[in-house]
Amino acid sequence: MLTLWGNVLASGILMGLVYGIIALGLTIIFGVIRIVNFAHGAMVVFGLYVGYCAGAWWGIPTIVAAVSAGALLFVFGYGLETLVVKRFVTRPHHIQFILFIGISLVLSGAQLIAFGPDPRPSVSHLSFETIALGPIRLDLARLQAATVAAVMILALAAFLKYSTFGRFIRAAADNRLGGLMVGLPIPKIYAMTFGIGAACAGVAGALISPLFDAQPFLAVDFTLLAFVTVIVGGLGSFVGALVGGLTIGLTEAVAALLFAPSLKSALSYGLLMIVLIVRPRGFFGAKET
Amino acid sequence: MTDLLELDGVSRRFGGLLAVDNVSFRLKCEGITALVGPNGAGKTTCFNLIAGALPPTQGSIRFGGEIISGFPAEDICRLGIGRTFQVVRPMRDMTVLENVMIGAFSWTRKVSEARDAAREALDMVGLGPKADAAISKLTLPDRKMLETAKALSTRPRLLLLDEVMAGLRPPEAAAVVAVLRRLAERGLSILLVEHVMRIVMEAAEHVIVLHHGAKIAEGTPRYIVSHPEVVAGYLGEGFSA
Amino acid sequence: MQKKRDALPDRGAVIGCLAGFAVLAMLGGVLNSHLISLLTIVFLFTFIGQSWSIMLGLGGQLSIGHALFVGIGAYSVAVLDIRYGLSPWFGLVVGMALAAIVGATLAWLSFRFEVRGIYFALLTIAAAEFARVVFSGWEFVGAMQGLFFPAHSGPNSFWMLRGDARFYYFVSLAAVLLGVSATALIRQSFLGYVWRAMRDDEDASRALGVRTFLHKILVVSFSGAWAAIGGGLLALVQGSVFPDSIMGMGISVDILVGPIVGGLGTAFGPLIGTLITLPLDHLASAIGNKFGIPGLNNVGYGLALIAVVWLLPDGIWPAIVNSAKSITRFSWFGNLRMEQVKK
Repeated sequence: MLTLWGNVLASGILMGLVYGIIALGLTIIFGVIRIVNFAHGAMVVFGLYVGYCAGAWWGIPTIVAAVSAGALLFVFGYGLETLVVKRFVTRPHHIQFILFIGISLVLSGAQLIAFGPDPRPSVSHLSFETIALGPIRLDLARLQAATVAAVMILALAAFLKYSTFGRFIRAAADNRLGGLMVGLPIPKIYAMTFGIGAACAGVAGALISPLFDAQPFLAVDFTLLAFVTVIVGGLGSFVGALVGGLTIGLTEAVAALLFAPSLKSALSYGLLMIVLIVRPRGFFGAKET
Repeated sequence: MTDLLELDGVSRRFGGLLAVDNVSFRLKCEGITALVGPNGAGKTTCFNLIAGALPPTQGSIRFGGEIISGFPAEDICRLGIGRTFQVVRPMRDMTVLENVMIGAFSWTRKVSEARDAAREALDMVGLGPKADAAISKLTLPDRKMLETAKALSTRPRLLLLDEVMAGLRPPEAAAVVAVLRRLAERGLSILLVEHVMRIVMEAAEHVIVLHHGAKIAEGTPRYIVSHPEVVAGYLGEGFSA
Repeated sequence: MQKKRDALPDRGAVIGCLAGFAVLAMLGGVLNSHLISLLTIVFLFTFIGQSWSIMLGLGGQLSIGHALFVGIGAYSVAVLDIRYGLSPWFGLVVGMALAAIVGATLAWLSFRFEVRGIYFALLTIAAAEFARVVFSGWEFVGAMQGLFFPAHSGPNSFWMLRGDARFYYFVSLAAVLLGVSATALIRQSFLGYVWRAMRDDEDASRALGVRTFLHKILVVSFSGAWAAIGGGLLALVQGSVFPDSIMGMGISVDILVGPIVGGLGTAFGPLIGTLITLPLDHLASAIGNKFGIPGLNNVGYGLALIAVVWLLPDGIWPAIVNSAKSITRFSWFGNLRMEQVKK
């Protein structure tokens, strides 16, 4: 019994770290640019396909795939923000929503054209191995994903805390107008931020490609998942994204155990509703100025 | 007869800042009263307390004898206090007339009645001819009068005006004063928040002076102008009435 | 003088409107069944889109989870008809009432605690998804397998709302006409003024006596009830209900594309918008399939959406109206003018 719970919780924590990095991408974008990236899920799926290609076609290890996915999506995100998104930053929410729906559709459509609608299972040499940690068996693929995610999270945290540009980003998130006044290069900051956010999504997608079959239709599910995670933890908060990720990872794991697996997201959505009603800024989010 | 508006020991704290400090005063019906003080004196906060935008931390506010402190803004409006906003806030995609109609819906549901009341209010402030214009065509003095007309259409007994003269040139301000006098003659009580003293002298019959959140003087314009604390703290030496 | 000017555009608009509907009605008699079915869906999505458009365009509340209300309406009709043999009219009323209650509750809970703007929109997504997942596991409503209406044979029945494709065409067309009228009436009533003031500046409207808390609840609940009627009709037309389809994000997005493209808050915007976007999507899909390139429709549709919000921020209908105004210098369409919804 304890072993079962142990396994479930361990699995939840590992997935939670991956959810955390997905959420980080979304929350950074919101925290700095104050725009909700409804195409985030499509970017995760992009990473998923990169992981698939890497594994199935070229035999490249997942970690390398993750880094490449991150790089590709960084460039994509940077370019997208510079060319398109920045024109919409002051537009009303519903217009922004349509923009991102459009972007998401284009991405999904491209994925459909390139790979067709059938799920593409990822063949990773790690897919079925487990290691034992005491009585608990950890899924190696999940462990790898979580470890890489953790490393990337730390790297991102270090970047934001110690590098000059990272400090610019935090400053812009805190106070855009003030930032403009002291001469922060806001356009570049926004582009970088969006690039980083997209990269996070891509990295996460590639990391979980051993665990999920790649399908274009997953985009919506991942976007929703990213939302639930981000809001529970706190929109705009770095730590919140991680806490949110772990919370949702654990919630899903527990719900799948206690209720029917198909209902596992009900608990997450229920939690989301409660958070949105009682404390919309989540555990760690800041009050809207 | 009960006083129209009574503030009793009203204070408002924002964290460590005491913006309004134990202010008490009474307004009788009719006439124009001015609430003055240098910037930061707490007059706008006081204004917002009366209008229900904020609740007081301490003390009570009564309107016509009834407690209103802590009531939400819409209820205070329906009880008879109308207010304008310092930063003019018209509803942009409606015409001038439609903007003013909104206030009338606080006492009627009929669109035709609201329209008539709106026209009346616009005529009272001198904007009658521009009733069907789009907001973007209005000048600054016009916008100020639009704000006033919006508040008037709620049929208030007490009208709170927040720095209605700010940004106006002397002839424009004089025109506003004339409008206010007309309104006062028709029985409307007006409480003006201002920091342009010259206007206040001309327009108000009664003045309340705030400084650092506290009331430091109250009386007729001539009285407060020669009041030593007011002179020292606000007007500076060398002001000649 | 003023009264005359008010009356003239109304009359012109009404006549033009009725003429348009007459044309659509005649088309109902002549078009082939494929087009009839397509247009029926267009009309129903327009009808639901109108409810969404009122909530945002007039009330200022963005909902990205409108499928919640659509689903409530659909399931009410389906469950009461299929399981209990009750007329869909009954189901529609029940659906309306349930949706109104759910909407009012959601609104009350969030506005009470000052949830605003994008957070409220996210709450609507959460609620819709929560409902979808719950319905997926609820045996009483058919869970994942859904519910199926028995095939209809025999004459069209108005009282049981069952009939052939053409029958539903006219029912949906009538619904759209009803929606256009209702939108126009509301806009001209005190609700129209008060809601728009609330939308544009909540604090200023409260200072003018508008009970914004009540009105926000009212607009959400009204919009929900309206969407539920559309949902019930949609269930009948499609002949089945599944949680993933009728309560999924897909519906929520499909509903709002039309009004935004066409023109938010206007009487005709949702109709024009949906008339363009829905068939466009189908056409793109058909082309894609013909050339063996699945996904082309998604790319094309996505690009089209981006283009519209980039170039025509107010939507297509106001753009048409504005150019018509500059050409003809009449202000007949003045009443149908678009309003910009600010952030």
